Amino acid sequence: MSTPTPWRGNGAAPAYPGTSAAPQPANLADLLERVLDKGIVIAGDIRINLLDIELLTIRIRLLIASVDRAREMGIDWWEHDPTLSSGDHRRDLAAENRRLRERLGELEAARSSEDAPDGTADGTADAEPEAVAERPARKGTGSRPRRAS
Amino acid sequence: MTYTWLYAVARAGPDPLPPDVPDGVADEGPRTVTADGLLAVVGSVPAPDFEADALQRHLGEPQWLERTARAHHRVVTAVGSRALPVRYGTVYRDDDRVRALLTAHADGFRTALAGITDRTEWGVKAYQERTDPDAAAEGDGPPDDRPGTAYLLRRRSARDRADHALTDAAERARQVHRALAGLADRSTEHPPQPPEATGVREPMLLNGAYLVHRSRAAEFAREVTGLQRLHGPALRVELTGPWPPYSFADLPTGEAGAAGAAGAAGPTGGDAE
Repeated sequence: MSTPTPWRGNGAAPAYPGTSAAPQPANLADLLERVLDKGIVIAGDIRINLLDIELLTIRIRLLIASVDRAREMGIDWWEHDPTLSSGDHRRDLAAENRRLRERLGELEAARSSEDAPDGTADGTADAEPEAVAERPARKGTGSRPRRAS
Repeated sequence: MTYTWLYAVARAGPDPLPPDVPDGVADEGPRTVTADGLLAVVGSVPAPDFEADALQRHLGEPQWLERTARAHHRVVTAVGSRALPVRYGTVYRDDDRVRALLTAHADGFRTALAGITDRTEWGVKAYQERTDPDAAAEGDGPPDDRPGTAYLLRRRSARDRADHALTDAAERARQVHRALAGLADRSTEHPPQPPEATGVREPMLLNGAYLVHRSRAAEFAREVTGLQRLHGPALRVELTGPWPPYSFADLPTGEAGAAGAAGAAGPTGGDAE
């Protein structure tokens, strides 16, 4: 067996059992998932609560998603969480962008009688243009310029 | 005053700890406690930092948690593949309490040790490999004179394709797990990790752990390689390990859950609370 030192296969240079890969520190998420939640579970004299999964998730986020690195990858959950950040200006831009797109769709629908179903321009399911180049707004800003049909 | 932190349990033997065993969770030098033919790898940790309240508070400090979790893992790893890892955060008042634990659970520990001997845990994660749905949609849809409508239709079409791709990738992930489980003595699945934890934006569709006998390690590796090729661009398959058998270290049912013997009941405990 190769050395028991753990490593993380990160795609670029995968290593396999029996090969001599340079040991890397274990990925922290993998590690915490095992160390905190697995292994022989027996009651110690000192009782602590390790089972609060929600808290653990938050900790993992804090530990791993260094803000800059996460941003590079397009992960920005904290910017949408009002308790963590005030991304108001971005939200405003995104909301305005969506309003403009919706308005454009309405104008096109009005211009052409054989247009696409109204539901397309007004349907709730399609009203969330997530993950376009412009950042989406998670929640609308109250009043939306939208007609009934 | 110190408490006793428990890292791992193994059969008592001539070679308990490597000479270069790394420092433990409190930078202490790990040592061993034996009883009943079993050996516990332990460390003396300062009581003020490891009282229940203090420990719970420390767990809320990411750096502290990471440092100690890594230290726990390093010690467990150093002990080697013939030891059962004990879950992080198992602390006793003194060494006698650990001896009582070994005695109380002796049969359970021996059974559990037999299950992991000569075996190693490997982790295999699979992510959907996502192509850009918008790029694929270029050229479709209504003419350019209705960009607003075209945009909305493109979004709908892209979403349909994305749904299909996800379903396909998830089925491939099931196949990967079945194939690897077939080579393992035991297998289990952990919950998929969120993107914030993995640093990978694509959804994790498999977070499997496999307990593989030493004699099958090479075969397992070949299978992983083969599956990576087979499921090619749709699914990215990632191997981690070898791990101490964290995911497969458990006492036989009836002893693990209650763990009453470790409590006040003493050596004769073991029944449910």
